[in-house]
Amino acid sequence: MMLLNYSQPLELTKLIKWFDNLLRASLPEFWTLLIEFVVVALALLAVYVVVALLLIYAERKITAFFQARIGPNRAGKWGLLQSPADMIKILLKEIIKISRSDRFLFFAAPFFMIVASFATFAAIPFGQSLHAIDFNIGVLYVIAISSLGIIGVFLAGWSSNNKYSMIGAMRSGAQFVSYELSAGFALMTIVVLSGTMQFSEMIEGQRYCWNIFNGHISSLIAFVIYLISGHAETNRGPFDLPEAESELTAGYHTEYSGIMFGYYYLAEYLNMFVIASIATTVFLGGYLPFEIQGWDGFNQIMNYIPSYVWFFGKTFVLIFLSLWVRWSFPRLRIDQLLNLEWKYLLPINLLNIVLMVLLVLTGLTLKDLFGIL
Amino acid sequence: MNSLSKYFLGIYTGVKSLLVGMSVTWKELWTKKVTQQYPENRKTLVVSDRFRCELTMPHDENNEHACTACGICQMNCPNGTIDVQSKMIETEDGKKKKILDVYTWDQGMCTFCNLCVITCPSSAIKFENNFENAVFNRRKLIHRLNNEGSKLREKKKEVKPAESKAE
Repeated sequence: MMLLNYSQPLELTKLIKWFDNLLRASLPEFWTLLIEFVVVALALLAVYVVVALLLIYAERKITAFFQARIGPNRAGKWGLLQSPADMIKILLKEIIKISRSDRFLFFAAPFFMIVASFATFAAIPFGQSLHAIDFNIGVLYVIAISSLGIIGVFLAGWSSNNKYSMIGAMRSGAQFVSYELSAGFALMTIVVLSGTMQFSEMIEGQRYCWNIFNGHISSLIAFVIYLISGHAETNRGPFDLPEAESELTAGYHTEYSGIMFGYYYLAEYLNMFVIASIATTVFLGGYLPFEIQGWDGFNQIMNYIPSYVWFFGKTFVLIFLSLWVRWSFPRLRIDQLLNLEWKYLLPINLLNIVLMVLLVLTGLTLKDLFGIL
Repeated sequence: MNSLSKYFLGIYTGVKSLLVGMSVTWKELWTKKVTQQYPENRKTLVVSDRFRCELTMPHDENNEHACTACGICQMNCPNGTIDVQSKMIETEDGKKKKILDVYTWDQGMCTFCNLCVITCPSSAIKFENNFENAVFNRRKLIHRLNNEGSKLREKKKEVKPAESKAE
């Protein structure tokens, strides 16, 4: 393969191979796999929590900078210990049992949310050989599993026995179902372009020309639509209707406390990360460095930067974009929100798929035009 | 204008105004942060001169103040925070005269309305911007404003109008 020509000193591929060989040399197949599964699961859980804490910190800091404030700066250097401290606080809080609520569903709901977000998180390619599961229908899997989270929202709204929670959950559901459509279609546009649903193949296909450049106008439209609908799906920014404070107190998670609330909070932040990282993988070449065909010296320098740094760097840029949007625009009303989806994003999206099909069929993508691999 | 062109014009103007909004917040991201980190920046902290925190009675180098103990400030105070105690003395030329004995101000009751300063005919009191007034005991909030052994400044004809203007 092309990639073996460049030296990549900081990749984790060798370490993982070494660990695998070590286990296989001394243990039978079954135990090797079992140990590896457990290690991968623990590593993913650890990354999940660390990413969530870093995101909460980054969000608070960037938000502060947008509002000409400094943000958390008391706990630890530059306030770095602020979100671990918050985490410990939320772990120590009492979990309040609401009387006349549906006890079983009430406590089951947060798990739907967190499991859905974690299962999506696990399917993301973080770097070379840092990819837990590589389904051949990866895109479909991600869309399907991330939609499970809405069940948690509905259950929370219903079982709280509280009208504000219920209205918040209904709003959230309407919003999620509508925008999931746009997000799915935007991803399908790129599936048309790259001809595969498998994340690893999709990324390899973007080595010298990221999908966002490859499909030029059509890709760009799909990218913008994906970002908007992803933003709306995570109930953030100008689309945070389910949590409209003056109308619905805190929306569907009003009645939750302690770590149960923490699950929703965590899942919300991780969904933001998942949306950004899927956008990275599908549109911006995933963990691949920025390379230009033929410029070997330049490509070599780019390859010295390890792939996970590229991945997290690109993802962070998208997260920053989402925060930027969040602190720029005023909130939408519920009818404006649904108008935007059904009257604008969806028709544009459908036309965009047709446009992309035409581009691919007539050979007008950048790869075809300039003969890029 | 037909509805189709209205639709596309709507998209165009919408996207344009959103981009304008984002450019505004982008500039805002790089502006100087306004947060005052109070206990650390105590030396460089700027508090407006007009900020009313502590009622004071300025004394000059001869330990003389301008208060004639007329009691107008006490009458004007809506909360009754000021207590002017006067005493009668006999001057050298045998006249009886009322002078200030003890001027107390209860900071805990004060609303900082500035009526006492406005109505003082001899501009004897004013509000300072020293805002660090927290104490552990309510009784410590009751301040005596005139110094021990201070006395009324004698009027000098050429100085007085300038002073009253400055206040």
